[in-house]
Amino acid sequence: MLEISHISKTFNPGTVNEKKALSDLSLHLEQGDFVTIVGSNGAGKSTLFNAIAGAFYVDEGSILLGGEDITFKPEYKRSRELGRLFQDPMRGTAPHMTIGENLALAYLRTAKNQHAYFSRISKKDLAFFQDQLAKLDMGLEDRMKQPVGLLSGGQRQALTLLMSTMVPPKLLLLDEHTAALDPATAEKVLKITREVVAEHHITTLMVTHNMHQALELGNRTLMMDNGRIILDVQGEKRADMTVNDLLEQFRAGAGKNLDNDRILLS
Amino acid sequence: MLYILQTALELGFLYAPVALALFLSYRILDIADLTTDGAFTLGAAVSVTVCAAGHPILAVPLAMLCTAAAGFVTALLQTKLGVPSILAGIITNTGLYTVNLMAMGWTSNASLIKQRTIFHMFQDLGVGGSWNEIILAGVLTLASALLLVAFLGTRLGLSIRATGDNRDMVRASSINPTFTITVGLCVANALTGLSGALVGQAQRNANINIGTGMVVIGLACLIIGETVLGRGSMLRGALSVFVGSIIYRVIYAVALSSKVFPIEAMKLVTAIIVALAIAAPSIQKWAAFQRRKAAARAGKGGV
Repeated sequence: MLEISHISKTFNPGTVNEKKALSDLSLHLEQGDFVTIVGSNGAGKSTLFNAIAGAFYVDEGSILLGGEDITFKPEYKRSRELGRLFQDPMRGTAPHMTIGENLALAYLRTAKNQHAYFSRISKKDLAFFQDQLAKLDMGLEDRMKQPVGLLSGGQRQALTLLMSTMVPPKLLLLDEHTAALDPATAEKVLKITREVVAEHHITTLMVTHNMHQALELGNRTLMMDNGRIILDVQGEKRADMTVNDLLEQFRAGAGKNLDNDRILLS
Repeated sequence: MLYILQTALELGFLYAPVALALFLSYRILDIADLTTDGAFTLGAAVSVTVCAAGHPILAVPLAMLCTAAAGFVTALLQTKLGVPSILAGIITNTGLYTVNLMAMGWTSNASLIKQRTIFHMFQDLGVGGSWNEIILAGVLTLASALLLVAFLGTRLGLSIRATGDNRDMVRASSINPTFTITVGLCVANALTGLSGALVGQAQRNANINIGTGMVVIGLACLIIGETVLGRGSMLRGALSVFVGSIIYRVIYAVALSSKVFPIEAMKLVTAIIVALAIAAPSIQKWAAFQRRKAAARAGKGGV
């Protein structure tokens, strides 16, 4: 499904701020893979996501999504086949537009005819949205006409998730999408995530700082450091792994001690 | 008094599309589009020139097309060429001065003396008696407003609204902000051009300064309307623009006839209204903070 070959990215090349954010990174995902990614701050997790989503073009290497070379495809064109959630629940929805309008926007973007600029939302579409919202079990189905700005962070994140997956994308990128939510809400959004991904069999990449989560969710776990993937486990090896093993591996792979509280404490 | 109201109503309708344009560019797209002044003049200039050539009806869409092109230039400068959006408008506006002179045949003043305008043509239909100009102005501008509202409900319209609301989201949801900003500014300036075209034919005159201060007047109308009707749906927004525009023209007409302040002061008064209205949230915040500080000080003194 996703085929990343030897990509590199250096920010601010030739200046004192030069930073090699991705170095010769390769990654292959099968259709339906649910991969969790851990790594300390600055390891390159978000940069990897940005590279896949097209926030910048990589300096070297290529990215294939579903067999199509998207290395030089602009961000807004890639997003037709990508779903993406950020840590900040405010980033995924338009606050002054209603819930219905936000969903309409997400729904229409994937419409078959990309040049149907003047297509409108039909009654049938609205009924479909209501149905989908009801599945979130947050009472949003009765608030379709309210602006999204009135919703809580958890509700907005759940709505963003729905918007990203209503028409299943080829790849779903979750960038710590529950980190800014309170534990109960985070649990709920995670539950919805699990259900949606399972239902549509969506290939998913998820960044997390929670080691338990990293091993419990999905079928494969990656660890990144310094713009590289330093650990890649799946199957039995992953099933036998404990959080301590993972930390041990990190030390071994990175050749240094963890200095990141967020990883140690979780 | 009736005459004053009639005049205010007519001018209110005629100038309302400018406020509608700012509703789209400033409120929805969150871009201060300073092309407006020059685009208004361009609309009037093209309309009067084409009307003088004997095509009063064709004059209106042609004027809108020209001003949409002006909007396109502003959009191109700020999306593809990295010019800050306010500066992009100023640059286009400056260039338009020459274009406007050219459109009027290299004079700074073009008049229609005997040529028939759309207002004459409508008069001939014999509808509405002394209200006929108001009716035509009202029908045309309200129709443009309803079209705009309908447009904002389409996929493209929703994308334009999202562009102004959350740029991050837009990039992540397959909308090309360059495209939506360009379409938005073209439509906004076409509306400004519509207003200029109608005003030009109604006054049977276009001059190089006809659009001066139009962006601030339009903002004043927008803000007055929002104060009266409040902000909400797109339809309410579009209608509040008309209410604001008519109220502004009533104030203007009253000022003109009652000599409360000299009419020359109108632009200054307008500017102050707009500055205060836009500054209101900051002023309120400051005042609340001062009250809070005073209360805290008083509390301490009491103990």
